Amino acid sequence: MRNLLIFITKYNAFFLFLIFEIASFVIYVKYNSFQKASVINSTNQITGNLYARTDELKGYLSLREVNDQLARENALLRNQLKSSKYIDTVAHKTVVDTIYKQQYEYIAAKVINKSINKRNNYLTIDRGSREGIQKGMGVITANGVVGKIAFVGEHLSIVQSLLHKDSRVSGMLAYNKEIGYIQWGDDMNPRKALLVDVSNNAQPKIGEPVVTSDLSLFPAGIPLGKVSKLKAKGAGFFLNLEVALAVDFSKLEYVDVVVNKFANEQAGLGAQEKKGDE
Amino acid sequence: MSRIILTNLVRFLVLVLLQVLLLKNITLYNLSTPYLYILFILLLPFETPNLLLFALSFILGLTVDAFYDTPGLHAAACTLLALVRVLFISITVQKDGFDNEPEPTLSIMGFRWFFTYALVLTLFHHFFLFNLEVFRISEIDYTLSRFLLSSVFTVFLMLVSGLLFFRKKER
Repeated sequence: MRNLLIFITKYNAFFLFLIFEIASFVIYVKYNSFQKASVINSTNQITGNLYARTDELKGYLSLREVNDQLARENALLRNQLKSSKYIDTVAHKTVVDTIYKQQYEYIAAKVINKSINKRNNYLTIDRGSREGIQKGMGVITANGVVGKIAFVGEHLSIVQSLLHKDSRVSGMLAYNKEIGYIQWGDDMNPRKALLVDVSNNAQPKIGEPVVTSDLSLFPAGIPLGKVSKLKAKGAGFFLNLEVALAVDFSKLEYVDVVVNKFANEQAGLGAQEKKGDE
Repeated sequence: MSRIILTNLVRFLVLVLLQVLLLKNITLYNLSTPYLYILFILLLPFETPNLLLFALSFILGLTVDAFYDTPGLHAAACTLLALVRVLFISITVQKDGFDNEPEPTLSIMGFRWFFTYALVLTLFHHFFLFNLEVFRISEIDYTLSRFLLSSVFTVFLMLVSGLLFFRKKER
């Protein structure tokens, strides 16, 4: 026993190293699956507050760009108003339309912290469970898809950006309607991604838009990017295309969280299907 | 004694804030990201007990993790860094020299020793950090180039800060 104690004190550095290293790994592995609530992230009070404060300062630097973007979006929306269209048939009566039912709602949020230079990137936004945000919801901007909610705090949430090694979004070539999925390439270029597993029958052209398909958690037709190269590496039986992303992740200021009102119903159907398989 | 604690406390805060508010946003060519905050562990006094050294490294790592949203990642890398620091110092520094050389800074230990010290420790820390973050063999070429270029950047910043706070030997 005494010898053991002497041994341990002699090599105490190594044993301390083991203890702390194991502790780090336990935290790393547990948290990485985002299963457990944790205080060690940017939604806690100290880190969240600090990021919100510095973002307030930085917000002034990009006012012009944000204004331009909002003005553009306003013009786009105004174009879609009924009053801005010339109607060439004479309307006789108004019809109460019951065909349409609201499926998607959007919650506007401000990005208070972001990164683009790591292998796995996250954003922190200033809306949380109090505003009705739930894990797994999609996040978009006027330009295109940003990512999905990975962790929800009371006032803040963390978005798993498209620039993440585990992010996969079902995408579709806009003209060919061929489906594949978007994932971030391993060269860590924040402006490029890959559209992989596209059928060989597709004949994509450079500059062809890539949009979200019906299979994703986003509304169909949200832009993802444009095809920039027809042959990307790693292609096997399927085509891999390089896509220039529609969103400039380094300049994100405001995002919209997509609330899918049918999400529960869809999840319920999936569960039923699984039960049927067993 | 209290002066040492105060300097290190201030150094901890300044380095963490510098890292998360400024250096976090800096990347050269998508490859080179500096992690200057580990300078805190490098500059702890020689006589820091091992338990305190490991505890401080772990806490520093977790603090940075909280801002980077990667709990455990930097903590693991910093703990490894502490072990390498203990080994490196036990190999290169004589025990009886501790009285007049309290801290392993550039001004006290000289350029050659400090450069090797910073380089070796940074290489270990960055190699572990980048590979644990990516954790894929298929991307090894990008990971290695990021690791090497980031290490160069970090060591460069360490030397710059060492020269900025350079104090002539009083002896």
